[in-house]
Amino acid sequence: MINLEINGKKISVPEGSTIMDAAKQNNIYIPNLCYLEGVHKFGSCRLCVVEVEGARNLQAACMVPVREGMVVKTNTAKVRKARKVLYELLLSDHPKDCLSCERNQSCELQEIGNLLGVNEARFEGEHSAGLEEISPSITRDMSKCILCRRCITACNEIQGVGVLNAQNRGFKTVIGPAMDLPLNSVNCSYCGQCTVVCPVGALQETDAIEKVWEAINDPQKRVVVQVAPAIRAAIGEEFGLEPGTLVTGKLVTALRELGFDDVFDTNFAADLTIIEEGTEFLTRVKNALTGGTATLPMITSCSPGWIKYIEHTFPEELDHLSTCKSPHTMLGAVAKSYYAEKINVDPKDMYVVSIMPCTAKKFEIIRPEMQNNGVPNVDAVLTTRELARMVKEAGIDFVNLPDSTFDNPLGLSSGAADIFGVTGGVMEAALRTVYELVTGRELPFDKLHVTPIVGLERIKTADLLIENPLEEYKFLDGVTIKVAVTSGLKGAKILLDQVAKGESPYHFIEVMGCPGGCISGGGQPRPTTPEIRQKRLEAIYKEDEGKELRKSHENEYIKKLYDEFLKEPNGHLSHELLHTHYTKRGKYNEYLA
Amino acid sequence: MSCELENCQCCSEISDQQKLEMISEVIEKYKNKEGSLIQVLHIAQNIYGYLPLEVQKIIADGLDKPLSEVSGVVTFYSFFSTEPRGEHTIRVCLGTACYVRGGKKIVDRLEELLGVTVGGTTKDRKFTFEVARCIGACGLAPAMMIDDVVYKQVNADKLEAILAKYYK
Repeated sequence: MINLEINGKKISVPEGSTIMDAAKQNNIYIPNLCYLEGVHKFGSCRLCVVEVEGARNLQAACMVPVREGMVVKTNTAKVRKARKVLYELLLSDHPKDCLSCERNQSCELQEIGNLLGVNEARFEGEHSAGLEEISPSITRDMSKCILCRRCITACNEIQGVGVLNAQNRGFKTVIGPAMDLPLNSVNCSYCGQCTVVCPVGALQETDAIEKVWEAINDPQKRVVVQVAPAIRAAIGEEFGLEPGTLVTGKLVTALRELGFDDVFDTNFAADLTIIEEGTEFLTRVKNALTGGTATLPMITSCSPGWIKYIEHTFPEELDHLSTCKSPHTMLGAVAKSYYAEKINVDPKDMYVVSIMPCTAKKFEIIRPEMQNNGVPNVDAVLTTRELARMVKEAGIDFVNLPDSTFDNPLGLSSGAADIFGVTGGVMEAALRTVYELVTGRELPFDKLHVTPIVGLERIKTADLLIENPLEEYKFLDGVTIKVAVTSGLKGAKILLDQVAKGESPYHFIEVMGCPGGCISGGGQPRPTTPEIRQKRLEAIYKEDEGKELRKSHENEYIKKLYDEFLKEPNGHLSHELLHTHYTKRGKYNEYLA
Repeated sequence: MSCELENCQCCSEISDQQKLEMISEVIEKYKNKEGSLIQVLHIAQNIYGYLPLEVQKIIADGLDKPLSEVSGVVTFYSFFSTEPRGEHTIRVCLGTACYVRGGKKIVDRLEELLGVTVGGTTKDRKFTFEVARCIGACGLAPAMMIDDVVYKQVNADKLEAILAKYYK
């Protein structure tokens, strides 16, 4: 332990702590902007400067480690004045159009200015070039960028993608892809983790709110909405509720009040995915074990950020991906066929909106593969944040809404579907069904949770021994099914390097593009800290455990969908509507040329 | 920088295939050495004459770094160029001493003579025109350099004659 003094208070903190850590542990707040606890420490904004006895200059608290006997003052006249001037200098190259900025009142730059008591902006100088770029998923407005470089850390250190870095020098510095290339021409996965950490309005999801309002207001359109599992565990935060508050019922009511005609649950399609993907997995394993050829491990395909990443980074390994479309596109495809027929609506007049924790899904829906008979499966994707904005715009008092339930036939779901929103969830959901299908017995884990793959670690693995299977699955007797789960693209690279070398010991791998899974997706409420992530995770498992129905294959409406329409899993109609193929892209999109 | 390629001035006579082999060799030599990106970029610029996106990609792949990081370094340092450069580089000093002794007039006259602005390369690829902030020849102000040769007490009227030497 190191002993030091901050503002006259004698404290002792572990060696290696910074002044910022030490202050925080002792409930002393040091204003900061670029710093992001546990994620990003760069010292670029300098707003956290403090006085250290004996040091000639003010020191950045986020960068300087504590020393024995250090005397720190965080609140002197000199410090306060310096912070204000530094803030004003930041502001001198920032557009002051806050009223029309989407981050108005949720902007960290604005907040810190308020906190520092800055009430004038004395410096007005040249403004850096305001490059604006709209990609299908992410919109960059570089005139608002304050060069904190959090996005660089998210893109390089957390995701290992490395599309964003500082280009040029000094006043001309721009954070972006190489040589000013646009995001849509480089290997961006569109995961959107950069948009979650951006403190200002420089990086945001590409807006879909306007076109959704237009569809709702169009009397010719039947507007169907669906909600991903991770939304119900997070959107409450946008309305001031504690992280981890489940708001499923209020969410459904809010969507009805917004004017959507049908409120469906992407969870229903998650159950459908389990049936399709589980069947595909068993077919591959059977082929592999009975002398045929099959590509193993099979890897999940629900996460479009992950899909775009593998297309760029491992274009030779695409056969490992399950051919299943992601759940929301499956739901869109079923809504515009099965359901449209039921209610006698022309699929061309149906407009499907997906509420997703994800920015990558905005790109996914415009892929040419994601349409049937010339009609896109999904017409618009709104992030959790965008939906919250619409609810506020509509004047809906979200917190005090009564609960209601999803519409059928595409609204009922099992607990297995809920956990699709969290790392390990898709695998657990699949195993609940596959194990029971193969052995006739329930998955042998307490509360059906495959404990080794639950949690926020980067890579998790589990072995599942199959004994005494049903007659039809005798080929699996005594086989240990090996599975691996990862979230975040850095983990995906580790597992895929094994696959590429032919050294992967697994049969089945789950990959979610964002660290922790969809609960911390690129479209989720800001901020996402480790504590908030943990609370959202707990909420998702709570939703699962609160249900009577815990396994996808027991969902009555899924059975009905097969009886009335699809006939059999992986059958002809399933392949047409629910399965897809992938595109080799390459790191520099060289395969697309 | 011990590589003999360091001062290679014969870029134009090497085939693309040879250049690729040379840069591959350099990458092989440096790829496991931490912090060698700038070194490799220097050598690559000597081989290619400049660092276009395609060359940056080769280096990024070879050193297993994101392209955006490589391009970040290339665009940070003024020594690196992403455009083809002229056979000769003119650097007019605009340090304090040269500036007050008329450095700016030299810049203006050179812009006229070369038909390019500062940072540009002439159409015939003969000259790349840059300015420098003090080349350490303050006693000779106003000064300029063409490649490694320093021209002292230059005045605008001498420039035509100086440039002519390079067209022989």
